[in-house]
Amino acid sequence: MVPVSYYLVLSGILFACGVVGFLIKRNIITIFMSIELMLNGVNLSFVAFAAHLQKFSGQVFVFFVMVVAAAEAAVGLAIIIAVFRTRETLNVDQVNLLKL
Amino acid sequence: MLHLVLFLVFGAICVAGAINLLAQSHPISSALSLVVVMASLAVEYLLLGAEFVAAVQVIVYAGAVMVLFVFVIMLLNAGAEERTKGSHVALALGVPGVLAGGLLVAWTLLKRSDTGTVALGSLHGDPKTIASFLFHEFLLPFEITSILVLIAIMGAVVLASRPDLKPPAGKES
Repeated sequence: MVPVSYYLVLSGILFACGVVGFLIKRNIITIFMSIELMLNGVNLSFVAFAAHLQKFSGQVFVFFVMVVAAAEAAVGLAIIIAVFRTRETLNVDQVNLLKL
Repeated sequence: MLHLVLFLVFGAICVAGAINLLAQSHPISSALSLVVVMASLAVEYLLLGAEFVAAVQVIVYAGAVMVLFVFVIMLLNAGAEERTKGSHVALALGVPGVLAGGLLVAWTLLKRSDTGTVALGSLHGDPKTIASFLFHEFLLPFEITSILVLIAIMGAVVLASRPDLKPPAGKES
């Protein structure tokens, strides 16, 4: 028997790591990976609450989050490729114009 | 007891992977630590009984999405990132602020919430049950996400294609 709050604290730690990575990282790909980390933290709390409330809706909702994350990864990485093609850099400090 | 030990071991691996993601400067190292985080999260899902979610987590997240990331890192030949110095005020206020907020949330969750405990595999989410929910109660969201994925595929193709690239000769209409 493990308290549900342990799972929620773990999910909060993962989400906080994602936020910190989003703020301190300078590589655009690593920033993207921090977003995936945040989504994973949220998924863990969905599954933990599903087990707590004994409802399957939480587990089903995880699939929708995964689909959105996969679509986001595909579009985001395509944008990263387009940005790299025009600017020759992945450093977000040097990407300060929307259009060249 | 075994449940708690497994939770603590894989939770520790998970947090270690997340912190390693922040500490590494090369994107490939960060991507591999993200794979560690996702694989240990799959074990946490299994402990909660969500076996199909765990399988999909390994296949979709640790497999497909991370392969896409590693592929883009290799394609763009990304090197180690250049560190820029942040402001000292942000560091001096941010680190204690984050620690205080985190401790407050953790204390509230651990001491002041009445969420109770879960047994090992208490909600058995096998594929049959998940599918019956996905195709009855959640049919409309399911169809909407399929349209979303279609749009994302087209968007990725349009964004990543090179506008200056000419179609091969003889095929122009």
